[in-house]
Amino acid sequence: MTAQGTYAHAPGFIAGDRPKIVTSRFEYADSHTLERYLATDGYAGLRRALARPAAEIHDEVKNATVLGRGGAGFPAGTKWGLTPQGVWPRYLVVNGDESEPGTYKDRLLMERDPHQLIEGCLIACYAAGLSQCFLYIRGEMALAQERVAAAINEAYAAGYIGKNILGSRFSLDVVLHWGAGAYVVGEETALIESLEGNRGMPRLKPPYFPAAIGLYGQPTIVNNVETLANLPWLMRHGADAYTAIGTKTSPGTRMVAVSGHVKRPGVYEIINGTTTFRDLIYGDDFCGGIRDGNDLKAFVPGGGSAPWFTPEQLDLPFEASQIGPAGSMLGSGAIMVMDHTTDIPKAALTLTRFYAHESCGKCTPCREGGTWLERILSRIVDGEGTDADLAQIVEVGESICPGAFPHASSSALGLSATPFPYKMNTICFVGPSAYAPVHSALTLFREEFEARVTKRNRIPVTSSGAAS
Amino acid sequence: MARLSDENVRLAKEIIARYPRSRSATIPLLHLAQEQDGYVTNEAMVHIGELVGATSAEVLGTASFYEMFKFEPVGRYLINICGTMSCALMGAEDLMHHAEERLGVKLGGTTPDGTFTLERAECQAACTEAPCLQVNYRYRFRVTNDEFDRLVDDLAAGRLDAEIPPHGTVARVRQRVAADRVVGAVDPELVTESPVWLDGKAAL
Repeated sequence: MTAQGTYAHAPGFIAGDRPKIVTSRFEYADSHTLERYLATDGYAGLRRALARPAAEIHDEVKNATVLGRGGAGFPAGTKWGLTPQGVWPRYLVVNGDESEPGTYKDRLLMERDPHQLIEGCLIACYAAGLSQCFLYIRGEMALAQERVAAAINEAYAAGYIGKNILGSRFSLDVVLHWGAGAYVVGEETALIESLEGNRGMPRLKPPYFPAAIGLYGQPTIVNNVETLANLPWLMRHGADAYTAIGTKTSPGTRMVAVSGHVKRPGVYEIINGTTTFRDLIYGDDFCGGIRDGNDLKAFVPGGGSAPWFTPEQLDLPFEASQIGPAGSMLGSGAIMVMDHTTDIPKAALTLTRFYAHESCGKCTPCREGGTWLERILSRIVDGEGTDADLAQIVEVGESICPGAFPHASSSALGLSATPFPYKMNTICFVGPSAYAPVHSALTLFREEFEARVTKRNRIPVTSSGAAS
Repeated sequence: MARLSDENVRLAKEIIARYPRSRSATIPLLHLAQEQDGYVTNEAMVHIGELVGATSAEVLGTASFYEMFKFEPVGRYLINICGTMSCALMGAEDLMHHAEERLGVKLGGTTPDGTFTLERAECQAACTEAPCLQVNYRYRFRVTNDEFDRLVDDLAAGRLDAEIPPHGTVARVRQRVAADRVVGAVDPELVTESPVWLDGKAAL
């Protein structure tokens, strides 16, 4: 057993001989202090940004194609440009409500390098003309809240936040805000509701982006912690250096957490676009293979909401344009690995239960459907399911997501892939996410469910009544 | 059972002033109330409503949505064991059974002496360190049954008081900024122009 916050390396983080855009300071025990930050190029990106017109900085971020690291993968520079012309003020809301099962990187970035995040926020606000920054941190992350609070206090005192930053005309307040335990608040409109002091329920769409109507009804940019943490490096090295790493459509690096049945579970900063799941799970630089020499059975490629992959998809790279057609998504950069000893229906239940529990209750298909999926799956796992339950799962799932649901291909089962995304009857992704694990499990490992359920003996009926 | 103390009211006003609209401070003030009393009392919710300009029903409406707010006393130490996928794959269920036996309460229960409340939690963002738990939102990673027993002994004996404050306190470091550095929150209704540093030239 280990406690938090006492290591040079954050628990779970494993460095390697790869480009480090966001984790370069993790090797220092005092990586969270202003002193260390300034000694390692800290706030140099902000200085360079402030020396140029804001519109130029916005263009540079657009040219670098900094993909959103929260789950949807939408380019940050483009998102900033979706605000309606002439409507002021505009706000930045930082999404640090990281709660997707399997995912943690934003927590490490906040705990280990809070100044990098703050510098990213400052660059974003300068470039996009945002008047105030609200940094929303998940309620349960006590250490992250303490480290970010301390960093904000240091940065204000040193003139990096507040009035006339570094003597320029750029002035900005950064407000540390913290949540109180609700997964759905990670959805950007729910995050805004929560920040306004309400129950954290997603808003009706359209508008599809709070860039149109967000906090207090004003244009609001919601960016993920890791996305913003990329900006200081980008400002120091430029868009060309950034896009030289990874692929054209997925440049730079990203942080990926690999957990479950691997030899070296950890959070790795990997090269985007080219690193494959096989590299990550089996590579000596990464997880080093499955524990105890076991065989890989399945893995969740992009956080708990993502449809599952099997060993057949191991050679796919971290590139959205290939993962979508293969039937899943990269999501929040989290891989959960199951070896051959895994009880598949039970594993699916741990995720379906999560989403059923976290449903905010606004949309009926999610509120009712998620609960029913959990109940049906629970009774199957407890050995009390019947074969009718297997059809029932699909029926409930289709009430949340009508039509074909994405899944991976399987040559063993003679299945071809159904591509991502799905259709949905809900405002946000919590409902579909309750169905995703059980749908994948049932599609790819149906025999495990069939072996578990009781086949009702049907009493043969003849024209002269029940057969004896 | 109390309204916010004078000192906490001062703190509350400082927090409220950071937001363009005071109701945004609702959740931070609920945390403050829970820090004061260990849970959120009705009196505190009435008081928070007065401070942010909401009815007490609206404050309760917000508070009851969030898992961290408790409306009756819980143990001095709230132990949350994660049961989501990665922790479940690495033995969280066994750990939960063991914890129930060791503490003599079921998940959701509080020990008769009021020291421990045990809960099943959902993903705590420490998936590579499974199975994990939090005590008053401070992590313990890769916890074995024996280590759980030692943790409980240490907590009961007060040996971890320096690291783990009683339930209600989340972060011990607050945002505190010198008044002359602060730009100041502005009601969005009063702003019509683009920020000065844009020189009227926002990127399209």
